[in-house]
Amino acid sequence: MEFPLDEGTVKAVDGVSLDVYAGQVFGIVGESGCGKSVTMKAILRIIEPPGRISQGKILLQRLNGKDGDTVDLAQMDKNGKEMRDIRGGQIALIPQEPMSSFSPVHTIGDQIMEAIRLHQSVSNKEARRIAEQLLRDVGIPAPEQRLDEYSWQLSGGLRQRAIIAMALSCNPLLLIADEPTTAVDVTTQAQVLRLLRNLQQQRNAAIIFITHDLGVIAQMADYVTVMYLGLVVEQAPVDDIFHNSKHPYTQALLESIPTVNMTPRMNLPTISGTIPHPFNKPKGCPFHPRCSKAIVGKCNLHIPKLKPISEKQAVSCFLYHDEEIA
Amino acid sequence: MTQPKPPLLEVKNLRKYFPIRKGFLRRVVGNVRAVDDVSLFINEGETLGLVGESGCGKTTASRCIIRALIPSSGEINLRTDQGDTVNIAQFSRAQLRPLRRQMQMIFQDPYSSLNPRMTLFDIVGEPLLVNGLTDRKQRTERVADLLKLVGLRPEFMQRFPHAFSGGQRQRIGIARALALHPRLVVADEPVSALDVSVQAQTLNLLLDLQQRLHLTYLFVSHSLSVVKHICDRVTVMYVGKIVETASTEEIFRAPKHPYTAALMSAVPVADPRLKTGNIELQGDVPSPANPPSGCYFHPRCTFAIEKCKTDAPVQRELSPNHFVSCHRAEEIKLEGIAA
Repeated sequence: MEFPLDEGTVKAVDGVSLDVYAGQVFGIVGESGCGKSVTMKAILRIIEPPGRISQGKILLQRLNGKDGDTVDLAQMDKNGKEMRDIRGGQIALIPQEPMSSFSPVHTIGDQIMEAIRLHQSVSNKEARRIAEQLLRDVGIPAPEQRLDEYSWQLSGGLRQRAIIAMALSCNPLLLIADEPTTAVDVTTQAQVLRLLRNLQQQRNAAIIFITHDLGVIAQMADYVTVMYLGLVVEQAPVDDIFHNSKHPYTQALLESIPTVNMTPRMNLPTISGTIPHPFNKPKGCPFHPRCSKAIVGKCNLHIPKLKPISEKQAVSCFLYHDEEIA
Repeated sequence: MTQPKPPLLEVKNLRKYFPIRKGFLRRVVGNVRAVDDVSLFINEGETLGLVGESGCGKTTASRCIIRALIPSSGEINLRTDQGDTVNIAQFSRAQLRPLRRQMQMIFQDPYSSLNPRMTLFDIVGEPLLVNGLTDRKQRTERVADLLKLVGLRPEFMQRFPHAFSGGQRQRIGIARALALHPRLVVADEPVSALDVSVQAQTLNLLLDLQQRLHLTYLFVSHSLSVVKHICDRVTVMYVGKIVETASTEEIFRAPKHPYTAALMSAVPVADPRLKTGNIELQGDVPSPANPPSGCYFHPRCTFAIEKCKTDAPVQRELSPNHFVSCHRAEEIKLEGIAA
C-alpha cells in the first residue's frame, strides 16, 4: 500500500500477509499509524485516492458459484459491479464510530433495507421483515418501532447494535470490525463483544477484529497479528501472543500496560521514544531505534522478514532468524 | 497524637443542574442533574480517582471543583496555602483569582487544548505572565525549568504544538498546569487519548511529579486499570451520584455496590486465559434529565428489591473510609478483581 503525496510517498503498509479462515476471529493490534486500518481499507478496496495498492494479492474464497471459487480483489476494478457485490455482500464492515456511520436524515430501517435490496432481490416488504429480524437478532428491543426511528434517537449501544445488524444483513463471509467499541462505554463494550462472539458462532463467519486495546484482543481473538509502522512484527495464536511473545515490540507493549493485578504505583516499563512519523521511517527494522535488543550493524540496516519460528508462530526479528526483505 | 490535618479539598453536597428550557418564553421545564449531591474529600498528597461511564457527571463535577463552572448548590472547601479553609463554591471571579494558581487542570485531548498559534514559550509562560511574572528573562528561565521537569528539551521553546506528538503535547499541558506550583491538579482523562506505549510514559511522569512536588491529584478516568495503578482512593459515579468510595485496594478486592462490581467485570483483561464479563449489565445508562425512581441503578441491577424502586439509598460508611449507597450492601456478595 502506498500513498503518493506531495511530501513523498508514504508506504503505509509494507508486505503484510495474513490468512483468515472461516469461523476465526482474527485480531489485528497496533498503535496509531501502524497501518491496521489501511490494511482493512485495502481489503475492501475503499482507499481514498491518491492511495493505491502497489503490490500484492487479496484472495477471497467465495461460496457462491462453483465451490472453491477464489478471486483476487486487488485485481478488480474497485468501482466495478463485482467489487460492489463483494463489498457489503460478502465482506462487511463494522466501522469505528456509530455516531457518524448512519445518515441522520434517513431512518434506521431505510438504511438497513437499502443494503438488503442492493444485494438481494427481494421486495420492499420482505426487506423490512429481514431488517426487523436482524434488529431482533442483535438484541434491540421493540425492533418494529426502531426501524422507523433515526440514528440520533438511539443511544450509543443501540446504534452500535444497529450498525452490526446492517453489516450482517447479507450474511457476509467476512466481517471487518474496525475498533467497533472504542467509542462506547465499558459496560456497553462488554455487551457488544458478547454479541459479536455469539453471532460469529451462530453464523460461522470470519471476523477481522482491529483494535489497539490489548484487553479486548485477549478476550475476543483466536489468532493475533501485531503491527508496527506498516509491518507485521508477530503473528501467533492469542495464547502465545500473551504468554509466549517473541518480538521485542510485542513484549514491550504487553509490559507497558497497567493491568488490574499488578503492584500499584510502581514505575511502568516504557518503550522509550515515540512512534516515528511515516515520512521518516527509520532505515532497517522500523522498531530498532526504540528496541532494547537491537543488534547494531544489522537491525539498523536491514528489514527482517516475517518468518515462521514454530508451527503457529511467525516473527519478523533478527533475534530469531537471519532472513531479510530484499 | 497530633491532630490529623483537615483534607486539602472537601466537597459537600455538590449539585450542578442544567436547566432544560422550552417554548417561546424559554420556561424551565426540567433539569439535567449532571451532578447530584456529591460529597468527597481529598487529603493532601494523595490521588483520588473519579470513575464512571460517559455522562455520569465526572467531568462536570471536576469542572465545578476547579470552578470552571458555578455549582447550583453545595460547598467546595479548599484549604489554602495560608492554612485557612474557604468555601469557594460561590466565589466571584475576582475572589477566585488569587486562588486559581492553587488548582490547575490537565485536559484530556492534547490536540485541542493547546493553541496552535502559540509557541511553547507562550503556552507555558502565559500563566506566569498573568500572575505577574512580567520579566521576559525570568520567564524564559522558568519555562525552561518546567520543560525540563516534564522531560522536554528547553530548546523546543520557540516551536509550535504541531511539531510534537500526542505524548509530548500532553507533557506540554502538564508543564502549563504546573507553572504556578499548584497544590491540587485535576487531571481529566489525561491518558485516554494517547497510544498505549506513550500512556505508560505519561503515567510514570505523573507519579514522579507527584512525589517530587508533593502534588494532590483528582484523577478523572474511565479506565479502571489506570485508576488502580495510580490512585490511593477511588470514587465511583453513576448518573450524577456517587455510589461507592473506598481505598483502591479495598474497592478492587471487595466492591460493595453492584454497579462497581459490574463495571469491574466489564473491563477486558489482557490475558486470554482469564475470561472476563461474568456480570453483564442489561440496558443503557439512564439520562440524568429523566432518572429512574428510587436508586438510579435499580433497573439494571440484578439484586434490586421493591425498596430499591421507591427509596433512594443514602450514603453509609460500611467500614472505615468505605462509603456505599446501596440498600443491600451488607447482604449481597460481590466479586472483585483478585490482586
